[in-house]
Amino acid sequence: MTALLEATDLVRVYTGRQGLFGKAAPVRAVDGVSLRVMPGETLGIVGESGSGKSTLGRMLLGVDPAQGGTVRFGGTPMPERATPAWRALRARMQMVFQDPLAALDRRLTIAAQIREPLEIHRIGDARARAARVGELMQAVGLRPDQAGRYPHELSGGQRQRVVIARALASGPELLVCDEPVSALDVSIQAQVVNLLRELQREGRRSMVFISHDLKVVRNLCDRVAVMYLGRIVEEGPSELLFARPRHPYTRALISSVPEPGRPLDGRVILQGEPPNPAKRPSGCAFHPRCALATDVCRNTVPELRQTDPEQTAACHHADGTAASRAA
Amino acid sequence: MANLVEIRDLRVAFDGVPVLHGVDLEVAPGEALGLVGESGCGKSVTWLAALGLLPSKASVTGRVQLGETDLTGAPQSALETVRGGRIAMIFQDPSSALNPVLKIGRQLCEALRLHRGLTGAAAKTEALRLMDLVGIPDARGRFRLYPHEFSGGQCQRLMIAMALAGEPDLLIADEPTTALDATIQAQILDLLARLRAEMNMATVFISHDLGAVAQVCERVCVMYAGRIVEQGSVGQLFEHPRHPYTRGLFDALPRLFGPRTALVPIPGTVPDPRNLPGGCAFQPRCAHAQPFCQSALPDLLPQRDGRKLACAYPLPERGQGGERQAAREGVFQ
Ligand SMILES: Nc1ncnc2c1ncn2[C@@H]1O[C@H](COP(=O)(O)OP(=O)(O)OP(=O)(O)O)[C@@H](O)[C@H]1O
Ligand SMILES: Nc1ncnc2c1ncn2[C@@H]1O[C@H](COP(=O)(O)OP(=O)(O)OP(=O)(O)O)[C@@H](O)[C@H]1O
Ligand SMILES: [Mg+2]
Ligand SMILES: [Mg+2]
Repeated sequence: MTALLEATDLVRVYTGRQGLFGKAAPVRAVDGVSLRVMPGETLGIVGESGSGKSTLGRMLLGVDPAQGGTVRFGGTPMPERATPAWRALRARMQMVFQDPLAALDRRLTIAAQIREPLEIHRIGDARARAARVGELMQAVGLRPDQAGRYPHELSGGQRQRVVIARALASGPELLVCDEPVSALDVSIQAQVVNLLRELQREGRRSMVFISHDLKVVRNLCDRVAVMYLGRIVEEGPSELLFARPRHPYTRALISSVPEPGRPLDGRVILQGEPPNPAKRPSGCAFHPRCALATDVCRNTVPELRQTDPEQTAACHHADGTAASRAA
Repeated sequence: MANLVEIRDLRVAFDGVPVLHGVDLEVAPGEALGLVGESGCGKSVTWLAALGLLPSKASVTGRVQLGETDLTGAPQSALETVRGGRIAMIFQDPSSALNPVLKIGRQLCEALRLHRGLTGAAAKTEALRLMDLVGIPDARGRFRLYPHEFSGGQCQRLMIAMALAGEPDLLIADEPTTALDATIQAQILDLLARLRAEMNMATVFISHDLGAVAQVCERVCVMYAGRIVEQGSVGQLFEHPRHPYTRGLFDALPRLFGPRTALVPIPGTVPDPRNLPGGCAFQPRCAHAQPFCQSALPDLLPQRDGRKLACAYPLPERGQGGERQAAREGVFQ
């Protein structure tokens, strides 16, 4: 089976500023990332704040330009951004962001917002569009009487449903969700997560799900990629990766998740601050914070390599012995 | 032991709309109390009202006692000495607490002068000690930096250092880790637990993250629509919640271990304070509700095991039927 989405060696460099008056220092926000998403598959992307998850998400849709690497969608190279070919492709790939209020137009009713992509991509006539809007609202659990409401008249969870309904309107094969439930209360979060689960089950729709909430990621994703400072440091099926993380950063990340009933003292608490992306540490970028670090880690960048049948990790010490010693 | 803080029948209304409907709460010296509940249930307003920090359009009634001092109706000048002195608060919105145009060292020294009368070299030494205490590496070298030159996690540590400047008896931390990612969040929770032990400082930890609350707190209050609906030790509430709302909050959480099944949301949303349902405010979303719940508002009543509960049809007590096992499975997996 061919991948729906295939990214190879993606690179994105921002020329940001250091301090208030400092000179521009380039930040390699995404630094050689390759990944594949199969039809119907959900890939989770987790990692520290600033590790490049959102940038990568935008690059996968061609919204953010890549300085290096390629993205192939449905087996063909992604057309240049803002070209007619790229715009047409946008009907097949959509994005959902964290803040539903920012994503919606305050002056439009929710029915009008959900209809918008159908108008942009010239899908159906007026009657077909109205029917499709009704269908979509039902699919995401909005009541027909809410069609004429404005965004501020809805709860946070309902607004996020509107955003998802709009993203689904053109029947996209790929949905990239960037922190879609982070701003929601646990109870409402569960409603939206279940909605996404239903969408997964109903068809061959692929998803890239970016989140810092590892519990939600584990619940929703088939596979998970862990990012650290612009690179994927571990990847694997989500059950396996959470049960048996191989990279020391993944272990610390999973161990950090507070769980009722799991005491504080049993956790691996990472020491030190997240590294400055403009001053990438030599060798393995994680080595200054890693309990297992040795000379090879300081000098040589570890490649992603297979640690288990379906799991890869970029760590010089990811073999069984070192891993179990650190756990 | 006498309570450090006692709140009695605290009520708050904005423009005539009540949002806090009579909250009773006490904090013992050195204790860690958690306050949980969905957005808008009144967690922040409770403490803002107690400390006299609400805008003047808010009408506040009730009694707030700090040791021997009655804070209700106390003049602003008296409240100002308490705030940052005996009681310090870390706010939900971090940008509001650090001044972006002042160097960090200067801000800490100013807090030390205000609350402890320290100046000059003594203030600087103490400011550096506080920066060390909260784990800012190279405090001396970073004394003269501005807030934007620190990471999000470090800014949160600096806010904690500012709060500690007055050697408070009570630290109120309002969502101190919500904006941080998992590994940094773990560092801050660890820091709060360590500080409390070292300084015998009582802590009120406001959060919607039940896991985080379980890790720092001994006792928990669950709030819904401006009232406390269940209150007890972390063990009691987390192992065996009895209010259907408390149970609902746990059931909605995805798990890090165990099978990946559909989540169990609480249906519906929190009610609008202008338009509260009759009877128990949770009743329209409650699977256990009976017709009685629509007419009678349950009081928060003490239970045999020491917890307090406001529900006419609570989940059965521990040891009754198979519910105990079910509740355990629901919470620990
Ligand atoms: N427009 C921009 N200009 C300059 N630097 C940027 C820009 N956007 C992002 N960056 C930098 O690129 C890096 C990656 O940022 P990105 O937002 O992709 O991270 P993230 O993993 O999504 O973080 P978070 O979890 O906080 O959302 C960071 O160091 C960030 O400061
Ligand atoms: N300054 C204000 N003016 C009017 N209403 C207010 C004000 N501050 C709070 N409220 C209302 O009071 C109620 C309680 O708000 P509060 O901020 O205490 O909620 P919370 O439990 O802290 O929620 P969150 O988890 O979102 O911080 C809400 O209905 C809110 O809209
Ligand atoms: Mg992001
Ligand atoms: Mg609040």
